[in-house]
Amino acid sequence: MTRTRTRDGVHPGWITLTAFLAPAALIYGVFSVYPLARTIAFSFYRPQEGGAAQFAGLANFVTLFADPYWSEGFFNALWNNLIFFAVHMAVQNPVGIALAALLAVPGLKGRSLYRTTLFLPTMLSVVIVGFIWQLVLSPLWGVGEELMTAVGLGSWFAPWLGEESSALVTLSLISVWQFVGIPMLLVHVALLNIPRDLIDAARVDGAGAFGVFRHVQLPLVMPTVGLVSILTFIGNFNAFDLIYAVKGALAGPNFSTDILGTYFYRTFFGYQLQSGNAEMGATVATVMFLIILAGVMIYLFFMQKRMLRAI
Amino acid sequence: MKWGTTAARCLGLLVMAGAVPLAHAGALSIESWRSDDAAIWSDTILPAFHAAHPEIVARFAPTPPTEYNAALNVRLTGGIAGDLITCRPFDASLTLHEQGHLLALDDLPGMENFSNVAKSAWQTDDGAVTYCLPMASVIHGFIYNKDAFTELGLAEPETVEEFFAVLQRLEDDGGYIPMSMGTADQWEAATMGFQNIGPNYWGGEAGRRALISGEGRLSDASYVATLEHLSRWGAYLGRGFKAQSYADSQTLFTLGRAAVYPAGSWEIAGFRKDAEFEMGAFPPPVPEGMEGCHISDHTDIGIGINAASPNIGDAKTFLTWMAGAGFAGTFANALPGFFPLSDHAVEIEDPLARAFMSWRGTCASTIRNSYQILSRGTPNLENEIWNVSVQVIHGTMTPEDGAARLQEGLANWYGPQQ
Repeated sequence: MTRTRTRDGVHPGWITLTAFLAPAALIYGVFSVYPLARTIAFSFYRPQEGGAAQFAGLANFVTLFADPYWSEGFFNALWNNLIFFAVHMAVQNPVGIALAALLAVPGLKGRSLYRTTLFLPTMLSVVIVGFIWQLVLSPLWGVGEELMTAVGLGSWFAPWLGEESSALVTLSLISVWQFVGIPMLLVHVALLNIPRDLIDAARVDGAGAFGVFRHVQLPLVMPTVGLVSILTFIGNFNAFDLIYAVKGALAGPNFSTDILGTYFYRTFFGYQLQSGNAEMGATVATVMFLIILAGVMIYLFFMQKRMLRAI
Repeated sequence: MKWGTTAARCLGLLVMAGAVPLAHAGALSIESWRSDDAAIWSDTILPAFHAAHPEIVARFAPTPPTEYNAALNVRLTGGIAGDLITCRPFDASLTLHEQGHLLALDDLPGMENFSNVAKSAWQTDDGAVTYCLPMASVIHGFIYNKDAFTELGLAEPETVEEFFAVLQRLEDDGGYIPMSMGTADQWEAATMGFQNIGPNYWGGEAGRRALISGEGRLSDASYVATLEHLSRWGAYLGRGFKAQSYADSQTLFTLGRAAVYPAGSWEIAGFRKDAEFEMGAFPPPVPEGMEGCHISDHTDIGIGINAASPNIGDAKTFLTWMAGAGFAGTFANALPGFFPLSDHAVEIEDPLARAFMSWRGTCASTIRNSYQILSRGTPNLENEIWNVSVQVIHGTMTPEDGAARLQEGLANWYGPQQ
């Protein structure tokens, strides 16, 4: 093993560096970078008669964005995905923060019980979550209508999962219910890390419980909230499983619950009599990758920098 | 070298364990996705064959339905597939034939027992070559609760107006949900709705072929009328049908809460097990003043020969036996609701299955119009029919708009329609 002696001490040589980096680089390269690169490369090809694919430049992308039968479906899925994300941002994160704040209330009894219970749905399989909520909301055997009737809201009940106007929001809220534990837990940990003396100082200055939260705790957990937001963004734009489990790959009614994940699935693998199209599927996957990449870039270059500066 | 030996040993072990239905001289191995029917094959069908042909040994080697197409492709490409291949209808098997995996069977003794409609699912587009022996079809119609009909003094409806009169009576009475179907899974609206009642409007085979040749349009009056009929269903499906799944629909009917079930005959075995009341069946109602009737007698299962099989002679003997009257009778009674496609007169014991089968004598058979050729492009016609049928039932799309949308979608890619 070669070593270079410098003024600061022993520096590892190239061989050592390579040896330590190799396993991670190899695994990451083979299972992540290579497939991603191949997918992107694949999106520039078109199948020919006889099987061999031929280089077609940006033709697949032109089809996806210009052919009305492709673009309509794609933009519908993109728009639905934005709504899906918006519901998560508007409900999941505020509720998660609120729950974390409540969990951090000093002297709370049964703290770990609440924490575990609220986090439980996150650990359930999506298929089970989808099934449970389908049953709860079922207009035939669901408990939802009875519960609403019991509090006098029975007439408001509707087959939400089946209505074109409400199916997507209902599914988004189911997803929120499942994943609210993640922002709650991360923000809770961030709250625990805030030094006691900051809070005590605010108390001495006359701040009440809400004042402390609003002016001391919330600003200090904002970087965590930013992190949760970007995780939600990535998760939502990669989402597929819940929609597939509850509504199937055709994401009905009238594609009102179709998001990029289900749109990709239908394109790549096909559905029923629709045969799969690997090249167009790769094109959709590439565009999804670019959307997520753009979102993460915006977060890294603007949000995170500003937040780091603010601290 | 080491790796090669290990791989060979593993393969050998797999073959010994029976995991790979490797084609080798001697026993015939049958590839299938009907793993549900494994017991019926090993206890009923194969013993009957062995009694007739003691010199040939055959073995049923199914793969679960969801994995079948992919697994079969891999085995055929790798040269380790079984001798007999159970064929999916239309494009999936056509591709296998075009790749040279499925033998042409036009000169197979026994093939003359099958009609052209039966063979259409396993023929090249021009109808020149048949590559699978038709095995079974499923028939659409309506199953009803006899107790409910007796209670309200209702008779089996024959015409469309009688059909809606029956549903209206049930609705007015309020004791039963008139008809059990949901739109949450979408395919029911298309398969149990559109493809069930439609053939009477578009004239069965003639209408289906006209779409393929380009002489007929999906925007024609007959398709608008089909969708108009479907748009009237919404009023008679139970409350909350928009969020009702396929399993919900089945359960509602077998619990006796719904009176009519738009069905495919494959439901028969399941309903027999779960329903405790008497059931009857009637064919799709005919529009007023129409002569004759049409039913969707949809070709679903066929069987072909692996072109690479070393036992082609034995395999042909097996298929010829399957084309005979003995197999038709055995199969139809072992699996009520899956009907043999040959012309032999078969005695079916299950009365409900017999009722479905009897319509073949009174009505003309056709298959679902989106299955042959017309679902190869974008947008996919089958998916479009699901979507439009659901929207028409929901009332969010008019029948005229629905028919126009189907036609526009098909004309987008299908030459003869442009």
